[in-house]
Amino acid sequence: MATYLEFIQQNEERDGVRFSWNVWPSSRLEATRMVVPLACLLTPLKERPDLPPVQYEPVLCSRPTCKACNIDMPALIKLFPSFQFPPAYGGISEVNQPAELMPQFSTIEYMIQRGAQSPLIFLYVVDTCLEEDDLQALKESLQMSLSLLPPDALVGLITFGRMVQVHELSCEGISKSYVFRGTKDLTAKQIQDMLGLTKPAMPMQQARPVQPQEHPFASTRFLQPVHKIDMNLTDLLGELQRDPWPVTQGKRPLRSTGVALSIAVGLLEGTFPNTGARIMLFTGGPPTQGPGMVVGDELKIPIRSWHDIEKDNARFMKKATKHYEMLANRTAANGHCIDIYACALDQTGLLEMKCCANLTGGYMVMGDSFNTSLFKQTFQRIFTKDFNGDFRMAFGATLDVKTSRELKIAGAIGPCVSLNVKGPCVSENELGVGGTSQWKICGLDPTSTLGIYFEVVNQHNAPIPQGGRGAIQFVTHYQHSSTQRRIRVTTIARNWADVQSQLRHIEAAFDQEAAAVLMARLGVFRAESEEGPDVLRWLDRQLIRLCQKFGQYNKEDPTSFRLSDSFSLYPQFMFHLRRSPFLQVFNNSPDESSYYRHHFARQDLTQSLIMIQPILYSYSFHGPPEPVLLDSSSILADRILLMDTFFQIVIYLGETIAQWRKAGYQDMPEYENFKHLLQAPLDDAQEILQARFPMPRYINTEHGGSQARFLLSKVNPSQTHNNLYAWGQETGAPILTDDVSLQVFMDHLKKLAVSSAC
Amino acid sequence: MNVNQSVPPVPSFGQPQPVYPGYHQSSYGGQSGSTAPTIPYGAYNGPVPGYQQTPPQGMSRAPPSSGAPPASTAQAPCGQAAYGQFGQGDIQNGPSSTVQMQRLPGSQPFGSPLAPVGNQPAVLQPYGPPPTSAQVTAQLSGMQISGAVAPAPPSSGLGYGPPTSLASASGSFPNSGLYGSYPQGQASPLSQAQGHPGIQTPQRSAPSQASGFTPPASGGPRLPSMTGPLLPGQSFGGPSVSQPNHVSSPPPQALPPGTQMTGPLGPLPPMHSPQQPGYQPQQNGSFGPARGPQPNYGSPYPAAPTFGSQSGPQPLPPKRLDPDAIPSPIQVIEDDRNNRGTEPFVTGVRGQVPPLVTTNFLVKDQGNASPRYIRCTSYNIPCTSDMAKQAQVPLAAVIKPLASLPPEEASPYVVDHGESGPLRCNRCKAYMCPFMQFIEGGRRFQCCFCSCINDVPPQYFQHLDHTGKRVDAYDRPELSLGSYEFLATVDYCKNNKFPSPPAFIFMIDVSYNAIRTGLVRLLCEELKSLLDFLPREGGAEESAIRVGFVTYNKVLHFYNVKSSLAQPQMMVVSDVADMFVPLLDGFLVNVNESRAVITSLLDQIPEMFADTRETETVFVPVIQAGMEALKAAECAGKLFLFHTSLPIAEAPGKLKNRDDRKLINTDKEKTLFQPQTGAYQTLAKECVAQGCCVDLFLFPNQYVDVATLSVVPQLTGGSVYKYACFQVENDQERFLSDLRRDVQKVVGFDAVMRVRTSTGIRAVDFFGAFYMSNTTDVELAGLDGDKTVTVEFKHDDRLNEESGALLQCALLYTSCAGQRRLRIHNLALNCCTQLADLYRNCETDTLINYMAKFAYRGVLNSPVKAVRDTLITQCAQILACYRKNCASPSSAGQLILPECMKLLPVYLNCVLKSDVLQPGAEITTDDRAYVRQLVTSMDVAETNVFFYPRLLPLTKSPIESTTEPPAVRASEERLSNGDMYLLENGLNLFLWVGASVQQGVVQSLFSVSSFSQITSGLSVLPVLDNPLSKKVRGLIDSLRAQRSRYMKLIVVKQEDKLEMLFKHFLVEDKSLSGGASYVDFLCHMHKEIRQLLS
Repeated sequence: MATYLEFIQQNEERDGVRFSWNVWPSSRLEATRMVVPLACLLTPLKERPDLPPVQYEPVLCSRPTCKACNIDMPALIKLFPSFQFPPAYGGISEVNQPAELMPQFSTIEYMIQRGAQSPLIFLYVVDTCLEEDDLQALKESLQMSLSLLPPDALVGLITFGRMVQVHELSCEGISKSYVFRGTKDLTAKQIQDMLGLTKPAMPMQQARPVQPQEHPFASTRFLQPVHKIDMNLTDLLGELQRDPWPVTQGKRPLRSTGVALSIAVGLLEGTFPNTGARIMLFTGGPPTQGPGMVVGDELKIPIRSWHDIEKDNARFMKKATKHYEMLANRTAANGHCIDIYACALDQTGLLEMKCCANLTGGYMVMGDSFNTSLFKQTFQRIFTKDFNGDFRMAFGATLDVKTSRELKIAGAIGPCVSLNVKGPCVSENELGVGGTSQWKICGLDPTSTLGIYFEVVNQHNAPIPQGGRGAIQFVTHYQHSSTQRRIRVTTIARNWADVQSQLRHIEAAFDQEAAAVLMARLGVFRAESEEGPDVLRWLDRQLIRLCQKFGQYNKEDPTSFRLSDSFSLYPQFMFHLRRSPFLQVFNNSPDESSYYRHHFARQDLTQSLIMIQPILYSYSFHGPPEPVLLDSSSILADRILLMDTFFQIVIYLGETIAQWRKAGYQDMPEYENFKHLLQAPLDDAQEILQARFPMPRYINTEHGGSQARFLLSKVNPSQTHNNLYAWGQETGAPILTDDVSLQVFMDHLKKLAVSSAC
Repeated sequence: MNVNQSVPPVPSFGQPQPVYPGYHQSSYGGQSGSTAPTIPYGAYNGPVPGYQQTPPQGMSRAPPSSGAPPASTAQAPCGQAAYGQFGQGDIQNGPSSTVQMQRLPGSQPFGSPLAPVGNQPAVLQPYGPPPTSAQVTAQLSGMQISGAVAPAPPSSGLGYGPPTSLASASGSFPNSGLYGSYPQGQASPLSQAQGHPGIQTPQRSAPSQASGFTPPASGGPRLPSMTGPLLPGQSFGGPSVSQPNHVSSPPPQALPPGTQMTGPLGPLPPMHSPQQPGYQPQQNGSFGPARGPQPNYGSPYPAAPTFGSQSGPQPLPPKRLDPDAIPSPIQVIEDDRNNRGTEPFVTGVRGQVPPLVTTNFLVKDQGNASPRYIRCTSYNIPCTSDMAKQAQVPLAAVIKPLASLPPEEASPYVVDHGESGPLRCNRCKAYMCPFMQFIEGGRRFQCCFCSCINDVPPQYFQHLDHTGKRVDAYDRPELSLGSYEFLATVDYCKNNKFPSPPAFIFMIDVSYNAIRTGLVRLLCEELKSLLDFLPREGGAEESAIRVGFVTYNKVLHFYNVKSSLAQPQMMVVSDVADMFVPLLDGFLVNVNESRAVITSLLDQIPEMFADTRETETVFVPVIQAGMEALKAAECAGKLFLFHTSLPIAEAPGKLKNRDDRKLINTDKEKTLFQPQTGAYQTLAKECVAQGCCVDLFLFPNQYVDVATLSVVPQLTGGSVYKYACFQVENDQERFLSDLRRDVQKVVGFDAVMRVRTSTGIRAVDFFGAFYMSNTTDVELAGLDGDKTVTVEFKHDDRLNEESGALLQCALLYTSCAGQRRLRIHNLALNCCTQLADLYRNCETDTLINYMAKFAYRGVLNSPVKAVRDTLITQCAQILACYRKNCASPSSAGQLILPECMKLLPVYLNCVLKSDVLQPGAEITTDDRAYVRQLVTSMDVAETNVFFYPRLLPLTKSPIESTTEPPAVRASEERLSNGDMYLLENGLNLFLWVGASVQQGVVQSLFSVSSFSQITSGLSVLPVLDNPLSKKVRGLIDSLRAQRSRYMKLIVVKQEDKLEMLFKHFLVEDKSLSGGASYVDFLCHMHKEIRQLLS
């Protein structure tokens, strides 16, 4: 382990874990003075091609209150003093060590054989209030998806518009559907009654022994194995018509999204609780009636904006949010997840519906139209398979976190809900979703990442012996896409260090990238419930305190301020974070903000960093492609820039390049190199596009192009119309903004950090 | 009643007669008769024979009566004669007079028993004239009522108990059997007069008192024979002839004899006799028909004296009233048929009383609406409310705005007044009609209703001729006809949009019961072809009506049958608590365009639910769904709901079984007629607002709570059909026939009806199948040609004799092609300052229609007993008022009935003992509710036959005769065990087979060798190729064709247990449920009247 960097990377690759601090301050008091909390980013299902699942079940610590999984590392056994080997391990010998005891298996995956395996379930909830071509494209996508599903997966179809139709898939001849009014909220019980899912009392009593088999039977009418009703469903989808109810001039179509979702949830709740299931909502506009309506059907009243929300002028928002939260919580309780695919030019109510995806680990995809490759490919990518030929999705996971006694769990931020499991290792101070040591993650994929926050509870006066290590174990039970139940166990141990004597150690073990993302998650989490400026102030104060704590400076002398390498990038991350759409709502609709925040809360560290601080590559004749500063000074006339903000891929041609292209040089044989230059960023962009989920918006623009705003809004405005000191030089493009530049930001930061006033 | 009293009769007889005379006198003038009486008798006797002759006489009237006539004439003179005639007029008078004449004689006969007989016939004649006076005065003296009663008891007893028939028969009432005999009654008099005398006397003598009765008594003797014969309708035959007063006389005579014969029997009970006399008179007055009675009456009348005499006689007979001597509906009907069925009824003259509903006649519209559209209880309205109050005669009109007309009569012309819409009075908004007065050279017109002066729009201007009439009056239907239609402009449309064509939605119960009985399969099969016969307008090639389908049990299944689909699509709505329509496009479709899909659907429905085990159903949500569908499609329409069971599934309008027979005769009985929950009314209101009419076909196996389920059909102008214990084999024909008719009949949708009247009277109350949200507008989601609205008027000011009273009924509706129209009916009535004019121009059938509806509505809110009492009291008041103010003075013991109302007691008794007001043990709560709502929208013809069923003998008339055999009175005594009878009341049809019917007859009709092999309860006659079979089946078909609902045939064998059911319809007899026999009731009525008078 040469450097911390390598160590961190290795840990991430092996366990999917990045800690903000890799050496832990040994007392509660000191830990709080570190400003950045002890926390980690955990990617529970990090792909580990090298990790074969073991075919037996884990051994549990026999102490009822502990239940930690038996894992490697003799040291660990010390950490869990009560640990006792169960009898199964009687045959342990030097040559026949169970995997748990081998050091490289700090993460291990068990397959559980017990229990009935139920097939995956995909329930399509389709909006029919779409334009004809949009609907057509959506229908095709859905039909296509049937071929991608596992053959034994169950599928169901609910369509909605003014009414909600639950299609019965099993019947011959007449096609049947159950129709619900789009304006009426129904309880799960009512829905099940109306769908005839509650079994009549009589047969049930008579056929008690047969019951288990009957269970799936009740729902077969609505959920059928793909291989059986493939054709039927394809036809059914093909015959889907636009919502037939007339929409008069000046009105929005009546769209019963709230009820449709409610029915979908109720249907699965009644038939397949605790079985992996995806509810996939495809919607082309805002819910306009019934519970969960976001906007009325009068076109003259626009859908709520941030401005309205601030003015408390969004009359449907609270009620709708409540409706969707209730649904999300029920869904989560059943272990199902909800995906939202919203494609419309205007907002579709993601703000209100976000919790459905956020709390259940579902996807949220936002596009302009179903007839775009953005949607089509994103949708298709959901069904991609991994190296084992398995779908990259898992269901109904519970994450159980155990800590050694010096630590307590403060909370988690990510696509999860609390299971409200109190225990000795649960802190009273909550960060994110706290008060529990277990969370439910209903839908997750190999990149789903949670931020988990801890609290050091060891008292200052009870020092930890030299060389002591803290341990954390993450136990994730989940349903693999192959329908097996699996358990992945990751055990982490880190050294304790005394701040007084070993501050340098701790500093050096600071993971500023992880810290930035973890702090950003905290900030975004707060932003959901607090006013934007408050969050920014909080972030600033944390940053200043961090600088005060770890900077080297002379009091009142800003110029003397220095940060060590392990902290040097952190302020810059914070600068960009402050400008990011996660915290800034200006220029974003509430839906967009929700969309960005949704993804920020579930992506892994790398992607999160890209979101915070987009990556900018430069292509020019001056050398090979290189990353350049995200700064207006990087925008030069003879460069092609490729920016990746995670959500957008922007290719920007400098002024000169654009002129050349316009002149058609790329078509002339003698300028083939120019052609290659033009092509290079396209190829790179393609590569990113292929790998990214959801598919980013792909923007190809040039100097002066309207879409160049995507680039200009992201770069550090080092040159603006206010400070054209470099006018006339080839130093980049001025940005017309009043935003502060990084330089100004840093100046202020230094000044404040060295000030003794605060 | 009245009849009564014959007790005194005997003594009275002599006197009574006089009394009669008095009455008669007035009417009959007959008093002369009094003297005559004796003579009459002779005459009578003569008459009897003569009667038959009489018919001819009728013609000549005078002639027949001639002998008597004189007297009668004398009598005739009396206004009465005129009265009776009124409408009919002169003719009648003429005859009547004759009749009277006869009566006189009769009266005499009365004196002598025979006399009555004579009377009757005479009466007939008298009818015409006397009618008015009619009266029947039975002498109360006899009256048995009171004292009489006491005495009567016996008599009554006789009547009833003993009599039962014959013996008692003579007992008269008893002979309700005789009833049929009304005529008899009358006849009896006659007969009495005739042969009776002898007999009567005896009896009477016995009765002593009932001299009047005696006549009956005499009848009594005859009884035996009578009974037999009578029934046969001999009397009828006769009577029929006699028919209307006018003609009647003659016929009566003929018949009377026969009748009388019976009558004689009747006479037995003095009571009767008295009554009879009384009745007779009435009959005479009113109907000539009942010839028997009339005759009697006549006799009495003529003989007013006679009556008197009768009364006298009555006294004698006090014991019994001769059924043949009391007014006979059969006779009255026959007389009217003969008198008025031949010439068209021309509506030009104000205040004419139209022929009876039982008479076939043509109508020529010359400015007043045809009686097919409007019938009034009286065509002469008292000028003041005081008079009206005094008379207690309800002023009501029974309006059937969309009545279908015989092919010979043209349907109303459609008038288009262009964009400005129909021309109306600016103030009262009445529509232009023939009564509007054009003034100032045609530049203005004065509204005939409110007297407002309006400008004539330039485009409508026309010059007036020298009489003040517009020159173009005869070119414009609205200026020359009583009924016509206007094309409505957009202002008359909902939301100011012309309506779309209406839609029919078929909503089929597919629960276990419906599937099991085969109903669903049968219905689906039938619909496939039936859909080709949706109503269409005029010469349209295809119907504009769209159709939709829904099936349901405890959830609803809607079907998308859009023509572009290969297969129908089913959409299930299980949210029954909050019903809605899941689809718009494809639900309501054009039959021809979507035929393939619809056929496929109808093929699949029975299969889809073949294995259903769902037994629960919903109801309210189903209608709601249909209504919402129409709302979504923005059109009016009709729902055809096929439902099997009490809706107990959890949903709005869920019902519980609350059938509790213990409530009968308690104050809570009314709850059986009230809906269980308010949900149904609320729903109905919504339906009406949408123009959604609901027709309900019920197929219950047990209690379904018709009272509640029928609320919506009732308030939306729909119909309810009920097929208890439906089985495809047995009920298929009836159901399909009803369904076909119901689907094919022409309907108006989304209608509003308003009745405007000239100043002085005002429409205050409405009865029928409709909804009213205010006090003036009758809202009908749907209205077909069978539905009737009865409107009651009250005075709010004085009327003027000169200008009369005008009614204008305007119906705004959407035709089945979606055209918005206004149908206007105008009717002008006379006004009177003399009560006698009122009584002379009444229509008893219409009166009964009104009273039945009034009572049937009353049971919703009051105990049934109270309702019955109200009816009796009102009836007594009406008659007492007549007696007091219009009849000539006579002994208090005489029952005197106005000629036009002489059937009021018998009909009223039928209403009182109907299932709703006096349920028998076998009548279910559902049946009562069903009947109650049926009657609410019946027209006059339907109520007439419903309350007094037609009983037709089958083998008496020559087999070659193609006309319907003459009916006999609905009494067991009229049944001959050697004959077969058809009985129909518009809902039921029985074929009664006497135990000693000839074997050959049995063979040729049932194809079995003996009576015992006939299957009791058989519902289909074998198709056999012999004249009798053909004739009977033809007759059955023709009876069915006359009724709006298919009557299922039930073959009843004499002495079989099914006979109980059959006997229930013999309404002149005492009923098992406690309903009084005609004779008893008449006595009772007489008593009431006497009490009122004293």
